[in-house]
Amino acid sequence: MTAHETLPSHRGARADGARRDGARRAPRPRQTVGGALVSLVAELLIIAGVGTGLYVAWTAWWTDVVAVNEQTKLVQDLGQRHTSGTGTEHHGPAPVLDEPPEVTDVFGSMQIPRFGKDYERPIGEGTDREEVLNTIGLGHYQDTAMPGAAGNFAVAGHRVTYGKPLNQIAELQEGDAVVVRVTDAEQEFDTWYVYKVTDSQIVTPDHVETIAPVPNQPGVEPTADDRWLTLTACHPMWSAKERFITHAKLDYWMPASEGTPKELSETPK
Amino acid sequence: MIFPFVWRVLPGPAVLKVVELLVLLAAIVFVLFTWVFPWIASDILPPPDGTVDVPPSP
Repeated sequence: MTAHETLPSHRGARADGARRDGARRAPRPRQTVGGALVSLVAELLIIAGVGTGLYVAWTAWWTDVVAVNEQTKLVQDLGQRHTSGTGTEHHGPAPVLDEPPEVTDVFGSMQIPRFGKDYERPIGEGTDREEVLNTIGLGHYQDTAMPGAAGNFAVAGHRVTYGKPLNQIAELQEGDAVVVRVTDAEQEFDTWYVYKVTDSQIVTPDHVETIAPVPNQPGVEPTADDRWLTLTACHPMWSAKERFITHAKLDYWMPASEGTPKELSETPK
Repeated sequence: MIFPFVWRVLPGPAVLKVVELLVLLAAIVFVLFTWVFPWIASDILPPPDGTVDVPPSP
């Protein structure tokens, strides 16, 4: 007998055996009630674990993907023209846009060289979490000053999740530029405001005097020189326990038609 | 219990079952990301929003 002849029969025997095994298994082995319960619980735990993992991935990653995409579009929708050349720095009274009447109105953008050259985020009216902070990103506290005006232009933003516009707020140093551009195509309003960081503080969320017209001096009337900007974000990251507050003071303003603030082409030390 | 049941219910040969499983998982992740997680985030576990509390206006 050659190997060639033996092979088929051998295979056949194996297949027979397998079939017989299958037949023997046909009435499925009875699972005890306890065993079924244990495997059910185990499976539910696996599902819960995977679900929790997915939720973390969604908050820490997916909300950023969606929000950054949306925020980039909102900046483009402002229709800001590319400006070139370094214009004159104006230090006198600045033109001020009226506060937009509607929550979610996007009236400008913010660039912070310390956060990177590509950092530019839209600023929306109001600080509603769902409508402004989770989508537009930076939200202007209603009834606080508009950029360039005497008083305090106060802005809130997420430090983590939803595009995390103020993720690096703790890295800001005294003298760092915070550049705001307010644009209203209809009113042909387009102005740069360059603020310089003065100080940062960490407070509990009830410290509303941090966004007072003169920061931390509630009730004091701002003078023409008190043109402040305040950023508020969460502290520590992922926690709602405290707030990281950064103040900045207006250095100068410039009509966008005259050029681009030099701070935007410099790399912060 | 659940996993073997799903495997038995899916029609077709094993290769097809794997494809069906992947499609099913993708659909579940889509539903979670689009509706379930946003709902959990806004109604059950609101993330910190970074604002200082503005006193209620009169």
